[in-house]
Amino acid sequence: MWKILKYSFADLVRSRWSYVYLAFYLILGFSLLFLNNDLSKTVITLMNIVVVLTPMIGTIFGIMYFYSAREFTELLLAQPIKRRNIFLGQYLGIALSLSLSLVLGLGIPFLIYGIAQSSEIWDFGFLLLVGTFLTFIFTALSVNISLRNENKVKGFGYAILLWLVLAVIYDGIFLISLVLFDDYPLDRFTLAATMFNPIDLSRILVLLKLDISALLGYTGALFQNFFQGSGVFISLGMLVLWTVVPVKLLLRKAIRKDF
Amino acid sequence: MIRIENLHKGFGKLKVLDGVDFEIGSQGVVAVLGPNGSGKTTILKTILGMVIPQEGQVYVKGDPVLGEYTYRDQIAYLPQIARFPDNLSVRELIAMIKNIRGSSRDESELVDRFGLRPSLNKKLSSLSGGTKQKVNIVLTFMFDCPLLILDEPTAGLDPVSLISLKELIVEEREKGKTLLITTHIMNLVEELADQIIFLLEGKIYFQGTVKELEEKTGQPDLEHAIAQIFKNDVEDTKI
Amino acid sequence: MISLGKTGFIVLVLSLTAVSGWGKTIFVCEGCPVQTINQAYDLAQPGDTVLVKSGTYACVNLELKKPITVLGEQGAILDGQSEGYILKILADNVTISGLKFINAGRSYTKDFAAIYSSRANNFVITNNTIIDPFFGILLEKSHKGLVENNTVLSDRVREDDSGNGIHGWHCSKLRIKNNELSGLRDGIYLEFVEESVIQNNNSHGNIRYGLHFMFSNHDDYIENTFRDNGAGVAVMFSKFIQMRRNHFVQNWGTASYGLLLKEIYDAEVEENKFQQNTVGIFLEGSTRINYRKNRFERNGWAIKVSGGCYTNIFSQNDFVSNSFDVSYNSKMNDNKFEGNYWSSYSGYDLDKDNIGDVPYRPVKLFSYVVNRTPETIILLRSLFVDIINFSERVSPVFTPDNLVDNAPAMKSITNDSN
Repeated sequence: MWKILKYSFADLVRSRWSYVYLAFYLILGFSLLFLNNDLSKTVITLMNIVVVLTPMIGTIFGIMYFYSAREFTELLLAQPIKRRNIFLGQYLGIALSLSLSLVLGLGIPFLIYGIAQSSEIWDFGFLLLVGTFLTFIFTALSVNISLRNENKVKGFGYAILLWLVLAVIYDGIFLISLVLFDDYPLDRFTLAATMFNPIDLSRILVLLKLDISALLGYTGALFQNFFQGSGVFISLGMLVLWTVVPVKLLLRKAIRKDF
Repeated sequence: MIRIENLHKGFGKLKVLDGVDFEIGSQGVVAVLGPNGSGKTTILKTILGMVIPQEGQVYVKGDPVLGEYTYRDQIAYLPQIARFPDNLSVRELIAMIKNIRGSSRDESELVDRFGLRPSLNKKLSSLSGGTKQKVNIVLTFMFDCPLLILDEPTAGLDPVSLISLKELIVEEREKGKTLLITTHIMNLVEELADQIIFLLEGKIYFQGTVKELEEKTGQPDLEHAIAQIFKNDVEDTKI
Repeated sequence: MISLGKTGFIVLVLSLTAVSGWGKTIFVCEGCPVQTINQAYDLAQPGDTVLVKSGTYACVNLELKKPITVLGEQGAILDGQSEGYILKILADNVTISGLKFINAGRSYTKDFAAIYSSRANNFVITNNTIIDPFFGILLEKSHKGLVENNTVLSDRVREDDSGNGIHGWHCSKLRIKNNELSGLRDGIYLEFVEESVIQNNNSHGNIRYGLHFMFSNHDDYIENTFRDNGAGVAVMFSKFIQMRRNHFVQNWGTASYGLLLKEIYDAEVEENKFQQNTVGIFLEGSTRINYRKNRFERNGWAIKVSGGCYTNIFSQNDFVSNSFDVSYNSKMNDNKFEGNYWSSYSGYDLDKDNIGDVPYRPVKLFSYVVNRTPETIILLRSLFVDIINFSERVSPVFTPDNLVDNAPAMKSITNDSN
């Protein structure tokens, strides 16, 4: 597995798109810091971008890589390696190289700016952690799609749809149902609905770190308990689940699939 | 060497293999023939473990291999289309496959034979289809595997390389290896094949030598023999 | 005999100075002829000074009914023995300065205080330190007093067993300056206090309000800092108030605000800073208030407007990085926003006059939704919310359509220096 990981990582790290992605974050980081000197404000702006962008890039890269590496995968399948390791290695290769672009692309400008000495280091680190989680989650989801759809155009369509649903449409339905049913106690439903969308989950996690917990707790005791108490741990646990389950599914599919 | 028992495989409603049994005991070149969609590639891929059958078992050297993976170091596979990671160079790709197979073979002789030395440091994405196929051939023949599976090995090759490939196949046969080949080029079969397996509608229609096939169909050469089989097949379906 | 003679001598001297109009000084210390505060008070004539030297002196419910001065030297401590009040000012022209008060009484039925003043005028309370009292300085029906440079510290956690730092009731013309108040129920509490100035006090970490006043008209609140109080600052039922250059900082909490204005009329709120409060200003039934040159930075809601607020004018304020700039609970608007700086303004200024060419709508659709269904706050900063905010900005349906800043400033006005 490590060999496969190493090679697909090396392959991706040298691809033009990785550099474009890295450069994007570098430019974003530097320009945000240049435009406003307030670190914590920058972290908030970055959150808005990271929470939407890392899932999108994870989805697109995951699906593109697996479709374009189809024949290479077949070559690997003919080698004396376990199937599971081939797919796990390739998946980790993509997810790691994308995460590296994220961490370096944002980390370098912030390090130069001196975040290491600032109190925002934890918030920033948390943001990177959440971005990495989202990369791993959405790469796994898109690999699942590519394994289950031979037709590239269809697969690509499903992947984009998945992103669109989780990034925008889910929240729209969520918001409308909250407003429609506001005669009922909604706090449990709200928390549950948040758990079922990794993007919402990540956004809430970063917001919690950014001191907006009081704002969220404004609405009631359950929220307050959740957001000021165990919320961080439960949410992190859910993110781990969101990573592990799609990976398990993709390995299951990979082991049973014909090439 | 290989024994296949009662292999069934369908993709959705389409039945590709419908109870295939055969055994290849001796060494030599075995040509797997059949019309398009008769399941040639599916059989090869089942042996490699890339396609998972609904029923049946594959034995390599007497051991069942479905779900296993270590037996694949006995097999070298030349796929139909050669596609590699874009950002690696030829040299890196060769090193990588060597690394994966845990082998320290010397590929320089093969590289020279196919004139690949100038391309060693080029990225795979910048190579032409034919050159990629040559890289593919090098990767297949550089490991000293007792079983070689070649799926349309001549695709995209120039005449010079085609001759080199034929020589290579002959050499391997003389070393006592087993080669499973699918191809549409009948010359190649007549020239090289010790045995023919002819697939039709997911079943073995014929297994034997070229001569036996010619005798069976009463035709002067292989091309006509095969044409005859196709014709019969069409008439069968008419009835 | 000797000591009696000495006392007689002192009494003689004291009466002489009193007659001549010079205040004489009575020293209190362990080795002195006068060893207790009570003794000294009994000896003192109007205009005299009792000077307390370093040391701890028991002092319970001492009633000051003469116009005298009680001065403490460094290290002078009055110990209330946890029984009741420590000093009670019951006469005009009393001065209390430089003393440290400990162990004032605590009660659920009586408002015990370290320094208590009733129906006394022209008092001066300066440079005192009061540790863990029930009430710190309690002023009732007292007028024209100065309360300056005092420190009242406590570490209470429950509202019902704590009192207020400086508490005024039916007073007027007070000057409350440079005091530090912490760990109390309310830092400063004023009720029916008129024409007073509250300046440069630092009220922080109090359980309920940093400053709390009701029915108190014509008062000025200047340059005070209110930080990290349970519920912020509450101002209710008052008229003609001036609030300038105060800092309302980090009043974070689920039911907390920088400044609560309830039933306030004709006030000026200028040059204040509201930073990191759950709600910067919460307005309820407040009318004819001018807000100028305030800075609202990183609050949850900068301004939350509840019912019945008319003719408020917001101009030249800075709204920087608040989650919500302005929130309304109705579609009605009779307030005016003009010439403010909004950090989330995305318009342009083609004629370079530092006024944005496109009007700004400070009320977002999402803030309206959150008002209706509070649970929706969970979608804060999500992409969908950005999208609906944008579409509402383009064509307002739910938010007051006349709530517009027609001349948004392109640059920050208050120019934050720290």
